[in-house]
Amino acid sequence: MIGTRRVAALLAAGSMALLACGSQQANNSPTKTDPGITSNQILLGGIFPASGTASAYYSIPKGMTAYFDYVNKEKGGVNGRQIKFDVLDDAYSPANTPAKARQLAEEDKVFLDFGQLGTPTNLAVRDYWNSQQIPQLFVSTGSDHWGKDYSQYPWTLGWQLNYGSEARMYAAYILQNEPNDKIGILYQNDDYGTDYVNGLKAGLGGKADSMIVGTATYNAGDPTNMSSQVAKLKATGADTFYVVTTPAYAASAVVNAITSGWKPKFYMNAVANPTSVWKQVSTQLGGSSSAMDGMISAVYLKDPLDTTKWGSDAGVQLFKTIMQKYGGDLASPPCDATGADGFCVFGMAVAYTMVDVLKKAGSNLTRKNVMDIAAKGLKETDNPLTLPGITIQTTATDHFPIAQGQLEKWNKDHWEPFGSIISGRGA
Amino acid sequence: MRRDYLNWAIGVVGVALLLVVPNVTDQFQTFMFAQVAAYAVAVVGLNILTGYSGQISLGNGAFMAIGSYTTALLTARAGWPVYLTIPVGGLLAGLVGLLVGIPALRLRGIYLALATFALALSVTPVLNNYDKFTGGHLGVGFKAVTPPFDIPLSNEQWLYFLGWIVFFLLFVPAWLLLRGRTGRAWMAVRDSETAAAANGIGLAYYKTLAFGISALYAGVAGSLLVIDFAYVNPDSYNLNLSLQLLVAMVIGGLANIWGPLFGALLVVWLPYVAEKAVNSKPDLAFGALLIVVVFLAPNGIAGLLRRGLLTLRGRRQEASQTTGALEATPAEADQIAT
Repeated sequence: MIGTRRVAALLAAGSMALLACGSQQANNSPTKTDPGITSNQILLGGIFPASGTASAYYSIPKGMTAYFDYVNKEKGGVNGRQIKFDVLDDAYSPANTPAKARQLAEEDKVFLDFGQLGTPTNLAVRDYWNSQQIPQLFVSTGSDHWGKDYSQYPWTLGWQLNYGSEARMYAAYILQNEPNDKIGILYQNDDYGTDYVNGLKAGLGGKADSMIVGTATYNAGDPTNMSSQVAKLKATGADTFYVVTTPAYAASAVVNAITSGWKPKFYMNAVANPTSVWKQVSTQLGGSSSAMDGMISAVYLKDPLDTTKWGSDAGVQLFKTIMQKYGGDLASPPCDATGADGFCVFGMAVAYTMVDVLKKAGSNLTRKNVMDIAAKGLKETDNPLTLPGITIQTTATDHFPIAQGQLEKWNKDHWEPFGSIISGRGA
Repeated sequence: MRRDYLNWAIGVVGVALLLVVPNVTDQFQTFMFAQVAAYAVAVVGLNILTGYSGQISLGNGAFMAIGSYTTALLTARAGWPVYLTIPVGGLLAGLVGLLVGIPALRLRGIYLALATFALALSVTPVLNNYDKFTGGHLGVGFKAVTPPFDIPLSNEQWLYFLGWIVFFLLFVPAWLLLRGRTGRAWMAVRDSETAAAANGIGLAYYKTLAFGISALYAGVAGSLLVIDFAYVNPDSYNLNLSLQLLVAMVIGGLANIWGPLFGALLVVWLPYVAEKAVNSKPDLAFGALLIVVVFLAPNGIAGLLRRGLLTLRGRRQEASQTTGALEATPAEADQIAT
């Protein structure tokens, strides 16, 4: 018994000593800083699903970490400070996210929350980050909320091409090239679906009511068979099919539209445009797969797999070199130097913008200053992995960093970008 | 009688510990312990249903969702004081639990598990479907609670005390119920329905009652959790939550009054430890640790601790006698774990 008591006392004393050490950390650095910044380090945090059904997204922080390692080792960090990136797992469940956010803020004491993944998970801690005035910066989700709600949540900002802007790109193309289209819309009955539908309507403007002839919906989690929705839209006389669904539903919608003899022109939301999905659908359709050719979608990042187009591109070369050198133990297929994993490419592209912003902040490394630069003064034209011609930009009134992209057409077994960069920025 | 002394001793030490914890932890850790309180309430409820009355439920996450949404909607939309919504959430969930308990009377063992499994699976789609009412995918947020009457506590400390006060308000009646007539009836039903019925125990009454009480506890737990987060979303109530409750109950100690505390501690803190151990594959470490615990403590942590305590006092014989009567047999534990 005495032995046990002594051990307990020692443990207690030890933990008290540790606590004391933690609170005595002094910051002697001459620059203006906030927690998470020391004279030789910038500590960023992130929350991504390392486990669970959405763990494919974990390639994103792998791409980010590889880029930070490259900047640390080959560029001497950012103004002499090494970037450290703490990544926590919330398994894509909003029930886990609040504790993870507090762990980053209060225990790890990160400078900011970088690239956090998922719409429901980000929404779960948006109030928290904003109440703490810690940036929830460049979140990895395409929801319109981050830009739209900026005045209410000035510490939250997105990065990627948002749903509404993408939809406005399609609208711009349709108005210019197919002004007499009769559009049928299939969308997921939630916030994600309505972002795309509202974006299209806003883009079509006064012609929206006459051009959109029918809509059909489904709920996330429904059986993936879209035959009844497709039959409903076909019956409206639509000749254009705007598909706002996740991949499994999109595949069913396209297959049904073709096999039922409708064969409309397809517009496919980027959420469901991975090449692997459509290669599979094409195999499934066999002889009638040619009806899929010409399906339109949108893209804003380079595809390293497309070697004819990007084989000698400096940005893609940089991606490959970095993944080879620093991907090392982080990268497991498919997140490797080939670029087969788009999430990996995406991660490195966002990390580039993050480093860009930190550089601009210079010696004024406060959360407020970094957030101001990111949300109001961003103008990046040299991101190595976004399509040439895209400007990652925010202003005092526009908080959607990427609102541009290029359209692409499906051709037998791959997507072919065409035309120039189109802007989908809201009015 | 001696068991009572032991329980009282554990209780006193427990309360002392609970008072110390928020003073020596940082905000994040305090917040984690506040969540432990909420999960502990839910696991006490599940333990009544599964551990004591022998009805396996994979669906208690659904009852938690009812509590959570009651609190969130009443607070955000109707402007109710958040504390008032806790009993309402509990009672609503309890009512639904009673209703679920009626058809459940016809199901046993693995079939009941499957039926409640369906309940757990349906939560997210149902909440998303009635999005006009529930806020759908976007969820419902409200203003985070702060300590009332200018009590000099941080927000996290207040959440902590709120959680543990509610825990005690629910733990004491559960304890009284379980050590009295009702508890004995539940255990009799669990051990043999035929024998219980032959002794004049109303099967339908006691089994439905267990469902209702269990759901009430789950509802209160859901309210507490949503107060901690100040936000609720359909995706929070995935199957994983219900499974976590089951894991917590089994690991803590099936049909052991203290089990839920250990189980809740584990469910909240083990993922954290696992993540520190193996950063990129926390689920792997979580699984490994789980297996270790199950192997080392087949009667759960509470069972292990009690056996340890009794062994220390040199009363091995008593240990073997009491564990047989008041804990689930290993065979029963197996049945639930598989």
